[in-house]
Amino acid sequence: MTHISVKVDGTTYEDDVEPRLLLVHYLRDRLGLTGTPIGCDTSNCGACTIELDGVSVKSCSVLAVQADGSEVTTVEGLARDGELTALQRAFHEKHALQCGYCTPGMLMAARDLLREHPHPTADEIRHALEGNLCRCTGYQNIVRAVQAVSEEEVPA
Amino acid sequence: MTDQAVQGEVGRARPRKEDARLITGQTNWTDNISVNGLLHMAILRSPMAHARITRVDVSPALERPGVVAAFSGADLAEGLGSLPCAWPVTEDIVLPDHPPIAVDEVRHAGDPVALVVARDRYAAADALEAIEVDYDPLPPVLDLEAALADDSPLVHSDKGTNRCYVWPLKTGEDFDSVRRRAEVTVKRRYVHQRLIPNAMEPRAVVVTPLAASGEYTLYSATQIPHILRVMMAVVTGIPEHKIRVIAPDVGGGFGSKLQVYGEEALALAVARRIGRPVKWTESRSEGYLATHHGRGMIQDIEVAANRDGRLLGLKVDLLTDMGAYLMLVTPGIPILGAFMYPAIYKMDSYDFTCTGVFTTRTPTDAYRGAGRPEATFAIERIMDELAHELGLDPVELRRRNWIGHEEFPYTSIAGLTYDTGNYEAATEKALALFDYDKLRAEQADRNNRGDTVRLGIGVSTYTEMCGLAPSRVLRDLRYAAGGWEAASIRMLPTGKVEVITGTSPHGQGHVTSWSQIAADVLGVPFEDVEVVHGDTKAAPQGMDTYGSRSLVVGGSAVHHAAVKVVDKARKIAAHLLEASEQDLEFSGGVFSVKGSPDARKTIQEIAFETFTSHDLPDGLEPSINAEHLLDPENFSYPHGTHLCAVEVDTETGQTRIRSYVCVDDVGKVVNPTIVEGQVHGGLAQGIAQALYEEAVYDDEGNLVSGTMADYLVPSAPDLPEFTTERTETPSTTNPLGVKGVGEAGTIASTPAVVNAIVDALRPFGVNDIRMPCTPERVWRAVRSQKEA
Repeated sequence: MTHISVKVDGTTYEDDVEPRLLLVHYLRDRLGLTGTPIGCDTSNCGACTIELDGVSVKSCSVLAVQADGSEVTTVEGLARDGELTALQRAFHEKHALQCGYCTPGMLMAARDLLREHPHPTADEIRHALEGNLCRCTGYQNIVRAVQAVSEEEVPA
Repeated sequence: MTDQAVQGEVGRARPRKEDARLITGQTNWTDNISVNGLLHMAILRSPMAHARITRVDVSPALERPGVVAAFSGADLAEGLGSLPCAWPVTEDIVLPDHPPIAVDEVRHAGDPVALVVARDRYAAADALEAIEVDYDPLPPVLDLEAALADDSPLVHSDKGTNRCYVWPLKTGEDFDSVRRRAEVTVKRRYVHQRLIPNAMEPRAVVVTPLAASGEYTLYSATQIPHILRVMMAVVTGIPEHKIRVIAPDVGGGFGSKLQVYGEEALALAVARRIGRPVKWTESRSEGYLATHHGRGMIQDIEVAANRDGRLLGLKVDLLTDMGAYLMLVTPGIPILGAFMYPAIYKMDSYDFTCTGVFTTRTPTDAYRGAGRPEATFAIERIMDELAHELGLDPVELRRRNWIGHEEFPYTSIAGLTYDTGNYEAATEKALALFDYDKLRAEQADRNNRGDTVRLGIGVSTYTEMCGLAPSRVLRDLRYAAGGWEAASIRMLPTGKVEVITGTSPHGQGHVTSWSQIAADVLGVPFEDVEVVHGDTKAAPQGMDTYGSRSLVVGGSAVHHAAVKVVDKARKIAAHLLEASEQDLEFSGGVFSVKGSPDARKTIQEIAFETFTSHDLPDGLEPSINAEHLLDPENFSYPHGTHLCAVEVDTETGQTRIRSYVCVDDVGKVVNPTIVEGQVHGGLAQGIAQALYEEAVYDDEGNLVSGTMADYLVPSAPDLPEFTTERTETPSTTNPLGVKGVGEAGTIASTPAVVNAIVDALRPFGVNDIRMPCTPERVWRAVRSQKEA
């Protein structure tokens, strides 16, 4: 067991974990933060994307011990006091989700993109989201949602 | 309470009620469910396609930390019946046993052989490695044609054959005589690769037992909680009224969760055996082996026509891969397709035969469209071949053969009665949006220049049968259940409304659409409606969600139930307003007395006064709740025209979709936003079959494309922007005029894309590319032909 201290969505957690425990399982099974889902076992689908110290990562490809001393943001940490982020609102308004399983990962990956490139083209959005698979939307409305935020010039 | 009336919800592009939870992570996926004492189940699966099991020893697993129990197939066999096949399509169909866990023989890679339950998922996975299994390999059965040879190894040796069934449909004039009088015949073989549905949420099951009362709650990522409940009772012997099935948030299905899976029965059996709650969640790679696959067909198709392009007849010989076992509706999938090969065309003869074949591969079953995409692909591909043979534009050939809009209702050669349709309107609109003539000119120019990047244009016109299904038709097709759907409406005392539906959504937005339907009939605000679904205790009756049936059958049932609520409320309104029922008008949620506009009660006020019901007359039931079970009178028949332009690089084989235009006619639209989303998703899956996806097996029967790294689900840069438009020809066989939209995009897009690629390569003498049309296959096709 290894002791870790991780700040997740604003709350600091102190835990002893097995060195092999994946961060996504730590979030889901230990902390009960089930907003981050798991879609595959090969790091291809991106459903479990979160932010680790401000950078989007697939939480199935990070060990919990690697997150020691870090700050994690999950989809559950986006809305503040019931106030949705611009990106969450845009996903809703542009119908950028159907079953919603890939949505947390899409939101986290899109946030990262918009931080780096506040005004991406449709092609740039598509390429930035290449690591996040969606089976329902054909991606078109996801692209529209991300573009809508970039045009509004509000933080994602 | 509110008396604010809302008119015209149906047709409004509402953002979805469902989204609030999904975009904030407050979701209720099955794998999120945890209860005290929960144990994790992990399953050891066969590494071989076909083998006799000679020994299973689970005892070493019990030594591992955290392990609570371990079982072999033999350990669990008692009290666990065969998994059901509800669609024995012929009287003499071969129905093999299908144990949820193998006892003496494994028949596909991934067949379960043993399982463990442990305190956490890591411990369970670790313990699998300790289980000892000895196999005696048997020959795999992989080739559909070879499997039918007399000397073929057998998937089920006790059955003496790999031929599962032969199902014919011959109508109209004899095809041989049509062929003799035809001026042109074209014959082709098309192959539908196996696909893996890939709902983003892996399958998962949680069973919580209550030993004292013998009750079980089974949570499952399923499309079919109601059917699953019945089947779990049949398979495990647990009385049905002791089983509650809950489908919480379900992350996609596309048919793959229209299933009664072994893992659901195993979780229930193990929870019963050890008296503890059990969870099983598949990994994606495990799911590739254990969740049913789709497609997997070889089609020999022949058309006979006159020189002027008029179709005379169609012959289809279909070999279809059942995989190792018959699952819930495995044999019926190609039969759904059987009715769709004639599509939108008139002809004198139709001769269809389907042969189901067992192989040592993962079983097949419904995948988005389920039989209808395969049928549409075959007819739309061969129509292009016929057009080429006759020197006709492919759109013109279709025009010469389709059913005219003035000819509806029209009974197709396959025996279906299409209620309405307007193929001309959809096609004209699509051609205009696509700028067809301009693209044809550009294509000619590129061909003349000998451009290395060729332009190809693909058209696909289609109709499908949705709204499964009239029960009497299902009886005739030997399907084991009816095709009705249930809805009920509870008017709560404060005027809020609960719509209880027997359909079970997994991304389609039922909550929003059903709210719109109920709000319109009842005249209450959209926000005042909540929709209850996916729990056999809360929504006790239903036939669930598949085959684009939810809106057509389930949504119509909601409409009828709401009308009944209004009828019941009218009686109470008459009493409260001291008027006769005949003198009452109902509009915008308000009952008013004709000629006395001040004498009025909203239906929401009536709900409250019914709840208090101090002085209702004798015999007047103090309830305005209502239920309706609807058995549809006919299928519904969406149709449309899809056009695809591709650029094919003849030096690299790379295909790029340059533009994609579709005009779908799905009848009346309840929510245009949701319809557009469904079309987009459908297009993505159909295009993926054309270009990217394939379940590949090696010669030993191992699934080579066994992970998401090997099986190419398209990502955002792989797909183009779609132009989606609609025409609207209401269905006349349901009160909403709706037709269903879930499968349309998938059905139409695959042939549109392949037709476009073949069209680009015609100058090289290419007349077919095997799907998926990978760069390598395209490159080889170009290289193997000389430019004409």
